[in-house]
Amino acid sequence: MSAAVPAGPPSPGRPDEVLVRFSNVSKTFRTGSGRAAREVVAVDDVSLDVRRGEIFGVIGYSGAGKSTLVRLINGLEPVSSGSLTVEGFEVAGRRETELAPVRQEIGMIFQQFNLFTSRTVAGNVEYPLKRAGWPKEKRRARVAELLEFVGLSARAGNYPEQLSGGQKQRVGIARALATSPKLLLADESTSALDPETTQEVLQVLQRVNRELGITIVIITHEMDVVRAIADRVAVMQDGKVVEHGSTVDIFARPRTETAHRFVSSVLHSEPDAREVERLRRAHRGRLVIVDVGDGVDIGGVLSDGAARGVRFTIAYGGISVLQEQSFGSLTFELTGEDTAVQAVVDEMSRITTLREVAA
Amino acid sequence: MNDWSVLGPELLAALGETLYMVAVTLLLAGLLGLLVGVGLYVTRRGNILENRAVHEGLNLVVNFVRPIPFIILLAALGPVTQEVVGTRLGPNAAIFAMTIGAMFAVARIVEQNLMSVDPGVVEAARSMGVSRSRIITTVILPEALGPLVLGYTFLVIGITDMSAMAGAIGAGGLGDFALRLGYQRFNDEVTWAAVAVIVVLVQLVQVVGNRLARRILRR
Repeated sequence: MSAAVPAGPPSPGRPDEVLVRFSNVSKTFRTGSGRAAREVVAVDDVSLDVRRGEIFGVIGYSGAGKSTLVRLINGLEPVSSGSLTVEGFEVAGRRETELAPVRQEIGMIFQQFNLFTSRTVAGNVEYPLKRAGWPKEKRRARVAELLEFVGLSARAGNYPEQLSGGQKQRVGIARALATSPKLLLADESTSALDPETTQEVLQVLQRVNRELGITIVIITHEMDVVRAIADRVAVMQDGKVVEHGSTVDIFARPRTETAHRFVSSVLHSEPDAREVERLRRAHRGRLVIVDVGDGVDIGGVLSDGAARGVRFTIAYGGISVLQEQSFGSLTFELTGEDTAVQAVVDEMSRITTLREVAA
Repeated sequence: MNDWSVLGPELLAALGETLYMVAVTLLLAGLLGLLVGVGLYVTRRGNILENRAVHEGLNLVVNFVRPIPFIILLAALGPVTQEVVGTRLGPNAAIFAMTIGAMFAVARIVEQNLMSVDPGVVEAARSMGVSRSRIITTVILPEALGPLVLGYTFLVIGITDMSAMAGAIGAGGLGDFALRLGYQRFNDEVTWAAVAVIVVLVQLVQVVGNRLARRILRR
């Protein structure tokens, strides 16, 4: 842990301690009125835990319900059914006025930054401190500390419209951290930014987590964001969490079609339909796609095959490293005598996941 | 020819009366209209104090009063003015009627300007645990200040217009001056003198309002 910590020493806590717990949480919206009224289920029976100290990613396509999911945590949207606790405090069924204490423990940043245009950078960061009743001198010191942390000390007197997108989001982060929350909710916090600026903001978020010990729930539709900083991830589709687990596990072994698509959007190690067609034309032998990673001895299988006259060509593939584990997939073309090739395919299927490309 | 050594001071006195009526009405209608306008805004569907009954109620009152031509409202309010102010004539009676007439126009202007506030900043303040009344005073109103100043500037012109009509109930002011000493005596020069003063007054208000709004909006 770094020593340059504005919020005092972080409290690491037990790593597995639960900070936010969803138990069978659903959220329905009523749209339209009168006869045209209908109910839309935005979050459908979700159960999951966010652990203290982690960066928890929630990924899904737009309309999957992830933004609603995160708004349930601080009660910006009321829970329709189920139980949702933050540090043991039940959020479901609370009125707006009862939520103030829990909201003061939760910071939030937004896709469009949502900075106050009538206030300067320093004024934006100071605002939550004013509301929390901090005396002027302490406020000033805290604002300076926070702007230093996000690297915007020189911009204190500027107005939001004078800043770039990445700078605006860093102001948003400083403002969200002002009252030293335990949890930071990041709603598509990098979606309005270009790739380079995205990295800059993600690095700040990582420091927020590591140096200040603040738990982060980050909503995104970009798997790159998950890969860059999330410890664990939940994949959402049609209001449901279809898969969740450690980021490494989801990347190495996506179980659902949705998760699989998100993973391949980043890794590109598997040929898509058009590429398969091209591969099919270029390679006459048997084409198989196999998942590879640490401990998967594909080389051994291929050597055994070679001894029986099976030749192979690598037609497509890629291997990435994530949190010190390597994984990816390779597409092989196998040629040789049919039974020998079949023996290689059987052996590969035994040690890893194999998909065949139809002839 | 007109004797401006007599008319001049009368014109000045009329200007003073107009300024008095406009200023007091602006203050009263401005404040009351702000309250009603904020009420209309916050009770809208999906807003922080969503309340259909209150919203529809306010809407009804505003829509009821606004279309009434001011000169008719002036007459129709007669008995009420008598009750509240103690007389139906003079500047204070006019101020009462002008306040009623203007506050609902203000309410609409305020409501419309507040709707330009990004709902995202309201959500940001809610996420900090700020109370709804504090959100109104520390987020919504400051964020809409620029357009509000322009709205109120527009309003001053409307009130000046009203004050001229209030001349009909003996309220004095530039309208009364123009009607009584100009129009009724077929004295165009006097009428045009009053018009000129009103035009200059309105221009001044507009310039000040624009400058102020530009400063707030930093444009």
